[in-house]
Amino acid sequence: MAMTWVWTGMVVLSLIFGVFTGNLDAVANAALEGARSAIDLSVSMAGILCLWSGVMEVMNACGLSAGLARAFRPVLRRLLPNACRDEETLAAVSANVSANLLGLGNAATPLGIRAARRMARGCGGVASDELCLLVVLNTASIQLLPATIASVRAAAGCRTPFDILPAVWLASVLSVAAGLLAAKLLSRLGGRRP
Amino acid sequence: MNLSSLVIPLLLAAVAVVGMGRRVDVYNVLTRGAEEGLSVLLRIIPALVGLLTAVSMFRASGAMEWLSGLCAPVLEFFGVPPETTPLMLIRPVSGNGALAVASDLMAAHGPDSYVGRVAAVMLGSTETTFYTIAVYFGSAGIHRTRHTVPAALAADLTGFLASALAVRLFFGAP
Repeated sequence: MAMTWVWTGMVVLSLIFGVFTGNLDAVANAALEGARSAIDLSVSMAGILCLWSGVMEVMNACGLSAGLARAFRPVLRRLLPNACRDEETLAAVSANVSANLLGLGNAATPLGIRAARRMARGCGGVASDELCLLVVLNTASIQLLPATIASVRAAAGCRTPFDILPAVWLASVLSVAAGLLAAKLLSRLGGRRP
Repeated sequence: MNLSSLVIPLLLAAVAVVGMGRRVDVYNVLTRGAEEGLSVLLRIIPALVGLLTAVSMFRASGAMEWLSGLCAPVLEFFGVPPETTPLMLIRPVSGNGALAVASDLMAAHGPDSYVGRVAAVMLGSTETTFYTIAVYFGSAGIHRTRHTVPAALAADLTGFLASALAVRLFFGAP
């Protein structure tokens, strides 16, 4: 339902502003342009999505993902106890977290989706507490080396593009902590635990 | 050298070599997994169409700027430079948009200025929240997202405030 509110709010506000600022032509074009750009984005991410799904399959087959899962189990068992009972879900979450830490956002998404699909089985379309937590973790950045940002800074003429690293780490840790805390608190407030 | 340019080839090669060493039919398994990626993609497309349509309309209508103006005084109170408000608003909905806004800020104020640094840290410590939520729940077939959106936005807001705080902590006040 939350996404329904967000979507309706954005569309209605766009209409109101379009009328009052005289941008209605631009808003109408933007609606169609936005829908078209979704397909462009899907096509551009299709190859990457397939590639990392394939790599994950190879990692599963040769036992690499089991090794990764062993490394992350102590931490993840506290955060996602139910998901960790299923070996393959744990492996996918571990791979997702590793890719996030390495700053491979393109790889992290397919791996995280893999985990989310397994965690959503038998939930009847309602997100479990742990699935919410996994998604919140992925909406808060946990990368150790923000290479894209460094390259943008370098492009703007910065000689030491990585000097912001400690600040990024501090802000990341605080935002992840806030997200996890909020998820824990809100799941209690909301009741209705599936 | 960009570190991620080493990571990806290294990862692909390492997985292939380890797989072969353990007598896995690497190529066949890889293509089988890739096929699964296609079915995931089909479920993501509807979510992306919905999200990007709304975001695109929102930006074109001028509502984004109005919201920036509304938020700027509140954020300034917390020490967040008002120039970064558009970046905070676009960050949760569009990764490319946020990158463009941050580049503009760095070009206008300098990458080593207070505003430039805060913009960079904001970009590095947050993610494209709504895109992530749409893609994950879209592919998993989840309709009731429960507390995910408020919790994720709490993380974003904390990240933004913490970015300004961290830059002042490590580089001094502007």
